[in-house]
Amino acid sequence: MLALRGVSLDIRAGEVLALIGENGAGKSTLMKVLSGAHQPDSGSVEMEGRPLALTSPSVARRAGIAMIYQELTLAPHLSVEENMTLGMERTRFGFLRSQTQKVEAALQLLEAEDILSSRKVRSLTIARQQIVEIARAIVSEARVVIMDEPTSSLSGDDKQALFRVIRKLRDEGLAIVYISHFLDEIDEIADRYTVLRDGESVGQGLVAESTPESLVEQMIGRTIDEMYPRPDHDTGEVVLAVKTVHGTALPRGVSFDLQGREILGIFGLVGAGRTELARCLFGLDPVVSGGIELNGGAEMNLSGFQPIKALTGGLDYLSENRKDEGLAQNLSIAANTTLSAIRKTSRLGFLQLEEEKATADRLAKKLDIRCANTSQPVSALSGGNQQKVALARMIHHDSDIFFMDEPTRGIDVGSKHEIYELIHSMAAGGKSIIVVSSYLPELLGICHNIAVMHRGSLSKKRPAEEWSEQEILLFATTGKHQPSSVAQ
Amino acid sequence: MPTLPALSSNWKSLLLPFIGLLFVFGLFTALIYAFEPDNLSAFLSSRNAKTVITQTVIVGIGALGMTMVITSGGIDLSAGSTIALSSVACALTINAFASGGDPATIGALGMAAAALVAMATGAATGAFNGSVSCLLKIPPFIVTLGTMLIARGAAEGIAKQSQVRTPENALQNFMQRKPDPEWLFLAPGVWITLALLIGVGITMRYTVFGRYIYALGSNESTARLCGIPIARTRILIYTLCGTLMGISGVMSYAFLGSGDPTTAVAKELDIIAAVVIGGGSLSGGQGSPIGSIAGALIMTLLVSGCSMLNVPDYSQKIIIGFIIIGAVAVDTWKTRRQAAG
Repeated sequence: MLALRGVSLDIRAGEVLALIGENGAGKSTLMKVLSGAHQPDSGSVEMEGRPLALTSPSVARRAGIAMIYQELTLAPHLSVEENMTLGMERTRFGFLRSQTQKVEAALQLLEAEDILSSRKVRSLTIARQQIVEIARAIVSEARVVIMDEPTSSLSGDDKQALFRVIRKLRDEGLAIVYISHFLDEIDEIADRYTVLRDGESVGQGLVAESTPESLVEQMIGRTIDEMYPRPDHDTGEVVLAVKTVHGTALPRGVSFDLQGREILGIFGLVGAGRTELARCLFGLDPVVSGGIELNGGAEMNLSGFQPIKALTGGLDYLSENRKDEGLAQNLSIAANTTLSAIRKTSRLGFLQLEEEKATADRLAKKLDIRCANTSQPVSALSGGNQQKVALARMIHHDSDIFFMDEPTRGIDVGSKHEIYELIHSMAAGGKSIIVVSSYLPELLGICHNIAVMHRGSLSKKRPAEEWSEQEILLFATTGKHQPSSVAQ
Repeated sequence: MPTLPALSSNWKSLLLPFIGLLFVFGLFTALIYAFEPDNLSAFLSSRNAKTVITQTVIVGIGALGMTMVITSGGIDLSAGSTIALSSVACALTINAFASGGDPATIGALGMAAAALVAMATGAATGAFNGSVSCLLKIPPFIVTLGTMLIARGAAEGIAKQSQVRTPENALQNFMQRKPDPEWLFLAPGVWITLALLIGVGITMRYTVFGRYIYALGSNESTARLCGIPIARTRILIYTLCGTLMGISGVMSYAFLGSGDPTTAVAKELDIIAAVVIGGGSLSGGQGSPIGSIAGALIMTLLVSGCSMLNVPDYSQKIIIGFIIIGAVAVDTWKTRRQAAG
């Protein structure tokens, strides 16, 4: 595995260093190296001028490197104090000694005295748990704190509280590495930045002297216009009319129309119900009420809808989760490609393996799937190539309407671009495509129209050119099209 | 002959069980040569080879059914009990045809009926396992654990807690090392196992249903996404597995010459071990009928070799226990290596 090739970075005490890069740029791997979980093939780490061999996670911890992961690593059934001193317990005659003072001092430093050291961690909110995790780093006398996407599960207020904590740590003389791809956060909290792309450090500098555009260009290695091709074909008649679809929790009464050859982007924050909407319409999640009309036909009630019916009706779905849902990882590329339309390569229940191989070879060539041959298991491929196999399966099944949930998540920039091109050529060729994404520039770039989800409801769809990023985020966070002050 | 894409990249793991078989054979030849040289010619005799092959039939046929279940990501702990129940059903059917204990009245019809009833019994047990597991969404481990007791109890009940003896009939010759007629060379049961191996092999490699077995075991969510009828496929898999246990029950009847409700206790473990030794993965998506048969042969060869070495029965159990753990260790190691890419 070559996730990293030549990364240099220096981390200074009393400073917040932002580590930015797209998914798959090598941020996580670099984290693993710094935390001692992975050993680099070459290169060295020095701390305060002395070489440091990070041979295992415990060595890294003792050296004063603390990690705050995206998912919290606390034991929910233990108390705050037990969590904060886990692995650093002090004993007398084999019995635990209280370290309450130390724990409370750390919490006080973070202005979180209200977190009682005796409370069970599971009774705290996620944001408070994160504070506990950071306090643990202080108790362990960490000098470098590395945070991986720490705001991914935080609301606006909690985010500000976290930033105050980070500034506090910085002022105490700790070095902070802040990993994120949210540039507004970087602008707010970081002093310097280092950009990673394809496993290399490609740029660094002071945040104050950079612009979001320049950072994005360094991240993707090309200008934004080149990255996102605009659709240049017109849309046709309505092919799918969605009528007040309610899921068990989400979505809540969503209606919209989709036209022939249209690329419709659906944006939403985590938990807004964008994925649930697509899953409901494909029969993967239960629908409580509501229906769809296909090609102007009679309304079809969606309760009891199943993927097998959706596929017959000319719908298809690209899962956001390739590993657990999208692909049968230990089956071959060919078997995955033909799985949803296996009748096309079988006669009377018997597989036509040569025909299957020819089909898979043709699609692998068309989509430029990089593999030794199509009998390789899918698990041997990179993320981008795996996604192309999932797309090849959709093309082979040949539905008319596609739901693509995060089609470019976790794949390299080159494959991303190819997938955008593919979406365009499919749409131009007569298919209608709904792209569900939490990445706004992508949707603004490649879609005809965009609609935004907020707490299970969907905004009106409007041409991408008529939306500004601010308006989209405003609807996504408040459910309103205009700030209330303007509306008055 | 075209190869299944899902398997062709794994041809090495397909070969592995036979290398294992040769290894066990070589190891015992060496051990017997070293410690019990008097038994060497007996161990290497064609007579012993035939014995080993014949004794593999019951576990082997069971392993063919279990291969489909395990490859689809399931498990069947009721296999041993189903074999016993089917063997009792087989014997009772024979007796129903043998009016007044007269062997002559059984005839080909009676034997065919007995075999069919045994297969139907197994199929019904399998259908029960599959349906309950799919429709009530209970893990197959639990359902088949229950069925293990239910089928055993049912076997003891209908057999009135004793062996069901039958008049002599040709069905009992199915497991004779020296077959009748002699030109068959191997017992009819061995030929039946071979035919079933080819049948299951073709089903798994060359049919849509077989592809569904692999897809379900590899990733059930993907299977659902691709519109595969999951419940129907699973119920069919368990029913076919049960049918094969039924055939295995007929062989058990043939071997013992009677229907025995207490036979094949814990046989499911031998059967699962055979599948796993043969390259099947308990996490699903991997399994090969021919590998499972090789696995079953390894198990019998082990028993034969141990008795030639005059290793006491309890040591044989210990050795087989370690073999099972070793096979699962290999399975986990393979899965881990695959996950690591």
